[in-house]
Amino acid sequence: MKSMIKFFIALIALTAALNVFAAADLEVNTPGINAIKQSMQARHAQLATHYASGAVGLTADGMVALRDASAVPLVQRQAVNALVAAENNDRNALYAEIANANGHPEWQAEIRSTFAQRWIQRAQPGWWVQSGGAWKQK
Amino acid sequence: MKKIWVALPLATFALSACVTINIYFPAAAAEKAADKIIEEVWQTQKPAHPASSQAQPAAKETK
Repeated sequence: MKSMIKFFIALIALTAALNVFAAADLEVNTPGINAIKQSMQARHAQLATHYASGAVGLTADGMVALRDASAVPLVQRQAVNALVAAENNDRNALYAEIANANGHPEWQAEIRSTFAQRWIQRAQPGWWVQSGGAWKQK
Repeated sequence: MKKIWVALPLATFALSACVTINIYFPAAAAEKAADKIIEEVWQTQKPAHPASSQAQPAAKETK
């Protein structure tokens, strides 16, 4: 009987350890994720000026969008549109990649909404973010 | 010997918690992961370890 109790205590310790291991982190350090991250990092220098001017804003669904085209000189508009499209491609890929890397493709929507909140919360003062369907300046 | 009646439900609970984590979305872990990636993409991380970069500061000051 004593050994049985010991067995259960060991079992509890083991499952508790497994729980901690499973809950600690999402896997975000894969070659695919790192490649997307680097591409976004390189693009950010160009996008940052458009965030600051209000031309581009952060949407509630974890994307970026052209908010005010008139804030961009006419000659640059094509380039900004391309930037926004490329950024959104990367963001979609990033959310999918994280979900896949953790073996749960169905988590993609939740990962997207988590990111959406964090992008908006961490946006710099002066940037435009979408909240409740309307644009707001931070 | 009554301990078994404590240990058994606890073990069941711990095992079920294991399964739960694999089914439900780990919101806190996701937030942490998002913050880490956003910091890297936006380069917003503060210089949290000024003491650890001993080689650079002296050179920077000389300009």
